[in-house]
Amino acid sequence: MSKEEMNKRVEQFENGSLITPLSSVKYLFKKPHTLQYPKEEKPVPERFRGFHINDIDKCIGCGNCRDICPCAAITMVDPSNVHPIEVKEGSNPVRPQIDYGRCSYCGLCVEVCPTGSLKLSKDLIYTSPDADSFVWIPLEEQGREPGFTQTDEITPLMLEKVEMPELEPDVRKKTFEEIILGFNEEQAKKEAMRCLGCGICMQGCPAHMKIPEYIQAIFDGDNKLSVSYMLEDNALPGICGRICTHACQDDCVYNYRGDAVQIMWLKRFATDQLKDYSEVELEKMPKTGKKVAIIGSGPSGLSAAYYLATMGHSVTIFEKRSRAGGALGLGIPLYRLPIYELDKEINHIKSMGVEIKLNTEVGKDVSFEELMKNYDAVYLGIGLSYGRSIRLKGEDHPDVIQAIDFLRQVKVEGRRDIAKRVIVIGGGNVAMDVARTVVRLQQISHGGEDTMVQTVSLEDWDIMPASKEEVEGALEEGVIFNPGWGPKQVIFDENGKIKGLEVLKVKSIFDENHRFHPTFFEDQSKILEGNYIIEAVGQMYDFSFIPKDLFEKLKFTPRRRVWVDEYGETSIPGLFAGGDLVPTSKGNAISAIANGHRAAIGIDRYLQDKK
Amino acid sequence: MKKRRGKMSKSYELFIGPNHPGIPGNFSLHLELEGDTIVSAKGDPGYLHRAFEKGMENRLYIQNLALIPRICVPEPDINEAAYSMAIEDLMGVEIPERAKYIRTIVLELARTTAYLLWMGGYAASLGLYTLSQWATGDRDYAIDLFAELTGARVYHMYIWPGGVRRDLPAGWEDEVLGFVRYLKDKLTDYDNLFFKNAMFIHRARGVAKITQEQALEWGATGPVLKATGVAQDVRKDAPYAAYGELDFEIPVLTEGDSWSRAIVRRIEIENALNLIEQAVKKMPKKGPVWTKMPNPFKWYVPEGETYAKVESSRGEHGFFMVSDGTEKPYRVAVRGASMPHMFTIAEKLLVGARLADASHILLSLDICPPEIDR
Repeated sequence: MSKEEMNKRVEQFENGSLITPLSSVKYLFKKPHTLQYPKEEKPVPERFRGFHINDIDKCIGCGNCRDICPCAAITMVDPSNVHPIEVKEGSNPVRPQIDYGRCSYCGLCVEVCPTGSLKLSKDLIYTSPDADSFVWIPLEEQGREPGFTQTDEITPLMLEKVEMPELEPDVRKKTFEEIILGFNEEQAKKEAMRCLGCGICMQGCPAHMKIPEYIQAIFDGDNKLSVSYMLEDNALPGICGRICTHACQDDCVYNYRGDAVQIMWLKRFATDQLKDYSEVELEKMPKTGKKVAIIGSGPSGLSAAYYLATMGHSVTIFEKRSRAGGALGLGIPLYRLPIYELDKEINHIKSMGVEIKLNTEVGKDVSFEELMKNYDAVYLGIGLSYGRSIRLKGEDHPDVIQAIDFLRQVKVEGRRDIAKRVIVIGGGNVAMDVARTVVRLQQISHGGEDTMVQTVSLEDWDIMPASKEEVEGALEEGVIFNPGWGPKQVIFDENGKIKGLEVLKVKSIFDENHRFHPTFFEDQSKILEGNYIIEAVGQMYDFSFIPKDLFEKLKFTPRRRVWVDEYGETSIPGLFAGGDLVPTSKGNAISAIANGHRAAIGIDRYLQDKK
Repeated sequence: MKKRRGKMSKSYELFIGPNHPGIPGNFSLHLELEGDTIVSAKGDPGYLHRAFEKGMENRLYIQNLALIPRICVPEPDINEAAYSMAIEDLMGVEIPERAKYIRTIVLELARTTAYLLWMGGYAASLGLYTLSQWATGDRDYAIDLFAELTGARVYHMYIWPGGVRRDLPAGWEDEVLGFVRYLKDKLTDYDNLFFKNAMFIHRARGVAKITQEQALEWGATGPVLKATGVAQDVRKDAPYAAYGELDFEIPVLTEGDSWSRAIVRRIEIENALNLIEQAVKKMPKKGPVWTKMPNPFKWYVPEGETYAKVESSRGEHGFFMVSDGTEKPYRVAVRGASMPHMFTIAEKLLVGARLADASHILLSLDICPPEIDR
């Protein structure tokens, strides 16, 4: 439009008339615009933002809706009086209640709802003389029609994870170098940024670490603060940042709509940024003069020792091997946990005043009774350090070995020889460690030659106990799986050398009482080719160092774990236990660390009472 | 009304507002009159103060989305746009092309609704109530379109940092074009009833006149300034959204009186409708409408300060924002066009005017009290 046209448009308004307004009289004869409610109803738009609808069974009570609400209209309450809920793991037993006197119908609560249970409806009419009745728990059964809902395309949530850089399968299978390369600062901050801070993950973590706080500190670039949060509940954060089974991530609310926040890798990032933890501000109590002996330097022993030391007690750990760390030092392969990382954490624990006596076997170098006599309390953290056998026909052969021994030979003794064809029995994480270690040894010893490693497990793919990442990693490295098969007997050639393993198809693993009792189809068998067999089917403990009279006083649970009270004390006063020995263990480092910490609190309580 | 103490006086004080049909919102004026001639006028704000600016400092950037549209009821979207533009500027974020056009359509539709509401009030202040009924009714058609697009009728919370909150619903473009056609036709009737009405021209011409120099000195913007012959408009001077791509002319009159301001607004409605038509036509038919923003709980805006402005129906509307690098703004100051229009211009223009013209003068300046009480 030109300026001239504009001037013309202005000109038309210059002169008025008294006649033209009368033309509006025509509207007297037109139909009114107004809708005659309730005879005529106006359709409600699809995206209408009215009262809430919440699928209360899908909702996990994470409280993100409450945290984002600009009007503080949402409170999280127990909904059992209007709709009983099942309390699941990874959820809070509360649901949002909305105060419609405050709600501004902005819909941000819907945008950040991780499960997608919360929606807004097309309904915005409610009349009552009672102002208090304007507060309610939204439910699906209130029958409101959905209006504004969330989308995955436009969402304030950051659904996609930052990919972790790692060695390619072809490179990594030739070396024991660490597979995971770790985040750089930018990647870590980006991943940390994804965390909503709801804290549902803390439920899954056996140690209940302060995950939202330490992730926030990473995001703020304060790694020292982050590590100090970690050390409050976990004495070995750097190790957990590498080998944890990360139940926290399984509970992360992002699982409902995207990728879980990679909590474990973030923990690793923060600890990796500190050369040691000397700069981290830690609280240490004054000396109490009490002495505590700890048997075993595995994760639970180290954890108990660390927290007892922070409480001012003097702690001595007795370790029969030449290296501290228990399964961490002996079993877990180097490509998952490098030695320097273990040393860093153990040195930190030592720096708190903990003494570790290596090559000192209780029952041989020092007697158990002496410990009980000379120390104010004793903690058993011996773990399950012996391989369990499945009593396979033909297994008493030098080429059949227990996983725990094999891993120790490779990690500690530097074993590098291996057969070209190896069978690993088991489907758990230890079996994966063994199989992937074998792949590396075969590449080092027989690089370029035709080698093979295969696993056989009773469990089929869907119930395989090993973590998804481990199974995927093993598959990428060329490990062959035989899930749903059970070993019958070892097959030998005419020279008495192992030729293979006969396996039977599994019919069922558990009996009607859910007890382990595998059955097989006797007519469905196959022979797996292999010259070397490694059994990775579980471990057991050895209490031979405890004198018989004392041992008889030690109470066990029906599943043959050491009975302990809520503070880790056994049936013998002053004797505490933790780690894999006790029923709360889930067979992983973090639960050992958690029950070691709990026992430390119990020991401290016991020592205070003893005064 | 109260008599002055002491000796007999011809003058008396009259309070109009905060609740008065002649006041465009909750706002109060203390008038001193002699007979029915206003001798002095003093604005008395604060009745609508909800501490928007201070409130924003205590909320996450995304949470302010529920607060900002409430700074202006007739045209809430300008706040969303200026607030988002300020954050985008601090973060160095470019919004997708399609989002720019959608923002333009939304802002022009909002401008139309604001002018319709003004038109009703302005005509009513001169005694013509039919126009209020028409304009409020027609505004509702635009509000229906907003409800369909955003899910809400008045406080849309639709424009947000990074673009817009949802793509257009299917068929919405056709509906908005239908509304544009309808209102263009209807404008003839508005003209016949009001803008070309001799009585309106008689009442408005020469009333509350300001010169170009005064307008510039007193900080006038928008129609108040355009009515004095200055072609100043943020859409032209610092194009935002898709305005740089669209063809439009700024209406400029020279007399600076109530009539000129009304005619500028009348032409601006037509401009807005033309801009909507152009934007719908030129808008990319597909593509993203939002640039991904950080997790709202950890949305740290880089340290810095900025001023983002848009052209509202009343003039330059801007957000001055200071970020200290955290998840909440350190300071947000809203520059509403109504502040100078009230405190300098209205106070001066009312002096010497007749009481019957007080509402008319205030409405000719289109003052929106929440912009003053922020």
